[in-house]
Amino acid sequence: MSKKSFRQAINEALRQEMRRDPRVIVMGEDVAGGHGGTSGTVDAWGGVLGVTKGLLTEFGEDRVLDTPITEASYIGAAAGAAATGLRPVAELMFVDFVGCCLDQIMNQAAKFRYMFGGKARTPLVIRAMFGAGFNAAAQHSQALYPLFTHIPGLKVVVPSSPYEAKGLLIEAIRDDDPVIFLEHKVMYDDEEEVPDEAYTIPFGEANLTREGDDLTIVAFGRMVKLANEAADRLERQGISCTVIDPRTTSPLDTDTILDCVADTGRLVIVDESSPRCNMAADVSALVAEYAFDALKAPIRRVMPPHTPVPFASVLENLYLPSVEKIEAAVKAAMGHRVPEIA
Amino acid sequence: MQIARETLLRSYRAMRTIRDFEERLHVEFATGEIPGFVHLYCGEEASGVGVCANLTDQDTIASTHRGHGHCIAKGVEVAGMMAEIYGRRTGVCQGKGGSMHIADLSRGMLGANGIVGGGPPLICGAALSHKTLKNGAVAVAFYGDGASNEGSTLESLNLATVWRLPAVFVLEDNGYGEATGASYACAGSQKARAEGFGMPYLECDGTDFFAVHQAAGEAIAHARAGNGPAMLHVRLARWYGHFEGDAMTYRASGEVAAARADHDCLTIFRTRVTQAGLLDGTELDDIDSAVRDEIESAVIAAKQAPLPEAADLLADVYVRY
Repeated sequence: MSKKSFRQAINEALRQEMRRDPRVIVMGEDVAGGHGGTSGTVDAWGGVLGVTKGLLTEFGEDRVLDTPITEASYIGAAAGAAATGLRPVAELMFVDFVGCCLDQIMNQAAKFRYMFGGKARTPLVIRAMFGAGFNAAAQHSQALYPLFTHIPGLKVVVPSSPYEAKGLLIEAIRDDDPVIFLEHKVMYDDEEEVPDEAYTIPFGEANLTREGDDLTIVAFGRMVKLANEAADRLERQGISCTVIDPRTTSPLDTDTILDCVADTGRLVIVDESSPRCNMAADVSALVAEYAFDALKAPIRRVMPPHTPVPFASVLENLYLPSVEKIEAAVKAAMGHRVPEIA
Repeated sequence: MQIARETLLRSYRAMRTIRDFEERLHVEFATGEIPGFVHLYCGEEASGVGVCANLTDQDTIASTHRGHGHCIAKGVEVAGMMAEIYGRRTGVCQGKGGSMHIADLSRGMLGANGIVGGGPPLICGAALSHKTLKNGAVAVAFYGDGASNEGSTLESLNLATVWRLPAVFVLEDNGYGEATGASYACAGSQKARAEGFGMPYLECDGTDFFAVHQAAGEAIAHARAGNGPAMLHVRLARWYGHFEGDAMTYRASGEVAAARADHDCLTIFRTRVTQAGLLDGTELDDIDSAVRDEIESAVIAAKQAPLPEAADLLADVYVRY
């Protein structure tokens, strides 16, 4: 056990799974360090995320493949390879680039098993970074996990910390269904204690990062961290919160969410994705249908406005959920009169 | 190249099976008993069969929405296909795929595909599996002239070359992407496209089994030997519309009749093998008769087969969820 960054945790998960199973391969833009450059340096770069650094040296060019910038062909190739005997981990770099290859994910990989009458297995992992907070603007900042969650046949993972990332990625690689694994780009340098050995965290089992009596907060990905900070502040003000990290949006641990709402009677959902048809809407509908009688106050949602992600910091900060906004939403749900935070 | 007698007999049987299967579907579809969309492969039989005669079950193919012929050519069972098209539980996909999604991975058939240009990227992946697992197999993408303009297809030509994959791209050019002519929709030339990506280009008459078999054999041997991908441009004619029910108002009158009269791959095959003394006419007659019976019993069985059950709706979305 030692302190590792989110980036190192992912690298270690990939490395350990590639050692365990020769069918695991990695592909993506620059993941093998960038072929064809004039420096002649092997493994010059671990991709734009730095996550795959060192894999080429250990596993060679047959298993760590640089791709051209052609998402449709290489994401489709990953799907085809998964259906024919390999276990590919394809890196899409920014999840926003899914616009170039959604067909291969939505119409091909996700549907093979069902439309082929249960005879296909597609053990595919697509990794991509997501999220705002980096001034990366509208085409490099989206939180698109609801898009994938909407598609039957896909599993969707949104890890909230380095420990979570390693265990969930190993689980994803060992899983026989297509998995979308989304890494928040602001979290790559976050550090925490991460076991050196391989371990798995099962999908569809939420993690309670803290337990309280007054209110339940459900948060996704990086928002779990913000929710915990808000809960710390609220604790000092006498409001005790449960914070749920669902870990995966598909499958979703609906039982844990409903149980916690039944216990606390109040719910705030923190979701970095665009507000229409997002996870906050999904969880709200779930609770409204199955735990309506337990609710002591209206559900509150902390989400961005229905706009593209803006570039300038002042706007991006306004756009994103924050500790302050979560704190205000919790107080509002508790019946406190609080000024609205834009 | 001398083709083994067994291969000739098997290939004729596959072509005859496709023809009768599709002609029967044409009749049955008109009765309204077949749900959904059906796209027929009549007239194109020598292409799928000529290519697949060079493949084994270890080799992979990806097909198109006009996929029945490729399925039969790759050895997918006819009764299961017919049941699938009728939406029956006994179908190869348990009635959950239908005409456009027939697949049989045990036969290396990675699926017909409802998305134009859906197959070529998948074939890059299958070829990558074969290359990485070093099993000596190749992967073949069938795609149409319409799909030849899709970005996914052009990207795949590039990726297969960059990765030096054992992949063959078989362009079945029937002159129409749905209702729009290839003469309008395809810029430049397919040959120049292949050359632009640095891969060998072969061309053949898709109504001549022997021409297809020969050219596909060369392309597949090139890929199998580890030399990277190749493109095979097969020219052929579609005897029916894009889908069943298509009135084909965009085609000149007489175009299909001429193709049927002068370019029927089955007639051409029969003339060729009997004149050369490779096969006896009565052997072919026997195959014709056996196939007639096989299709007849497939239709009867499909019509009588059980429908999917309510529980099937929720099954097989995931391996585990």
